[in-house]
Amino acid sequence: MAKLIAGVGTAHVPAIGAAVDHGKQNEAYWQPFFKGIEPAREWAKKAKPDVCIIIYNDHASAFSLETIATFAIGVAPEFEPADEGYGPRQVPKVKGNSEFAWHIAESLILDEFDMTICNEMSVDHGLTVPLSIMYDQPETWPCEVIPLCVNVIQYPQPTAKRCHDLGKALRRAIDSFDRDISVAVLGTGGMSHQLQGERAGLINKEFDTDFLDKLVSSPEELTKISHTEYLRESGSEGIELIMWLIMRGAMNEAVDEKYRFYHVPVSNTAYGLTILEDQE
Amino acid sequence: MRERRDYDDIPGTYVFDGEHSLKGYHLNMFCMSLNKAGNREAFRADEAVYLQAFPMSEAQRQAVLNRDWLGMLRLGGNIYYTFKVAIFSGLNMQQAGAAMSGNGMSFEEFQQMMLDGGRPIQGNRSKADENK
Repeated sequence: MAKLIAGVGTAHVPAIGAAVDHGKQNEAYWQPFFKGIEPAREWAKKAKPDVCIIIYNDHASAFSLETIATFAIGVAPEFEPADEGYGPRQVPKVKGNSEFAWHIAESLILDEFDMTICNEMSVDHGLTVPLSIMYDQPETWPCEVIPLCVNVIQYPQPTAKRCHDLGKALRRAIDSFDRDISVAVLGTGGMSHQLQGERAGLINKEFDTDFLDKLVSSPEELTKISHTEYLRESGSEGIELIMWLIMRGAMNEAVDEKYRFYHVPVSNTAYGLTILEDQE
Repeated sequence: MRERRDYDDIPGTYVFDGEHSLKGYHLNMFCMSLNKAGNREAFRADEAVYLQAFPMSEAQRQAVLNRDWLGMLRLGGNIYYTFKVAIFSGLNMQQAGAAMSGNGMSFEEFQQMMLDGGRPIQGNRSKADENK
């Protein structure tokens, strides 16, 4: 049977992708960041998940305002990196796992989460930057990927509780897949940041620290935070943190935090990383 | 106009709700069109002519031509869309952030603010708070 081996939370700031793609890792600005994610790369080398389910949001790349899906899953055999306005990132194509993705889509929908199913979609920095964080610059990505895309741009986003519940359903889908594969779930986005308006540049370290603490000990508390409180406290784009709750929902109630890293700034964003494993 | 909402109280923040999305739809879809290299070329060739192809308001077109980043947000733009115009103009997110600060902040000052830990939440939680 499929086995969930870990949950990872990470921000997906596009500047990280640009730093990797253009060899800026050793610049003074980037050194502390790349040093801080090294243990996650070591972890990924040892853990070697066969499939990463990456929970992320699209940033006006594959999807637009033409059709706004709250939760979408990619079932294609492969996904091309999107042109976000600069030309596509020069990273490997992302290989999917259609059989597993369809199993998850069916399981989630029968579990009353009405997913949008995507047979064709490109993937933007929201998905490829987490891969660069975990795997640097390989010839091909060492895992298959199932994209699970969440609307966090158009208000109202799904509630924090709905995201956490989706995570629980995602776990039931993983546990019921009859193939011996190892699976990691990545919740991406955040942490506190605001890109728009006169309040651009907002960072709230206290909120982020509390979020990382409660993500381990009492995620139910985080599901009670309203949209307005996320917008106010973590910034208008910090609300991406609800995607970490899908990851957390997929984990057991009791988890061990294997690694944590927090660093300000990465571009206009507070970068956070956490690796969680179920307690035995 | 819709009823007041609790998030209206957050300063310097344009929550992209239904009303905002409706107002900005064509502006944002113009921005989205810049994902295609051919469209970027056409926009570069003649910005005003290119904008005519989108049923936007004249104020929205002017905001794009003037690279009025706050103006675009106020007219229904969403940052992930309007940032396509910033990318087109060779701006990074910190340059755009400085320009949106609305108080003449320079890119260097914005960069330094981020290095110093970002714009603080204290004093920026609510409009009432800001006016203290």
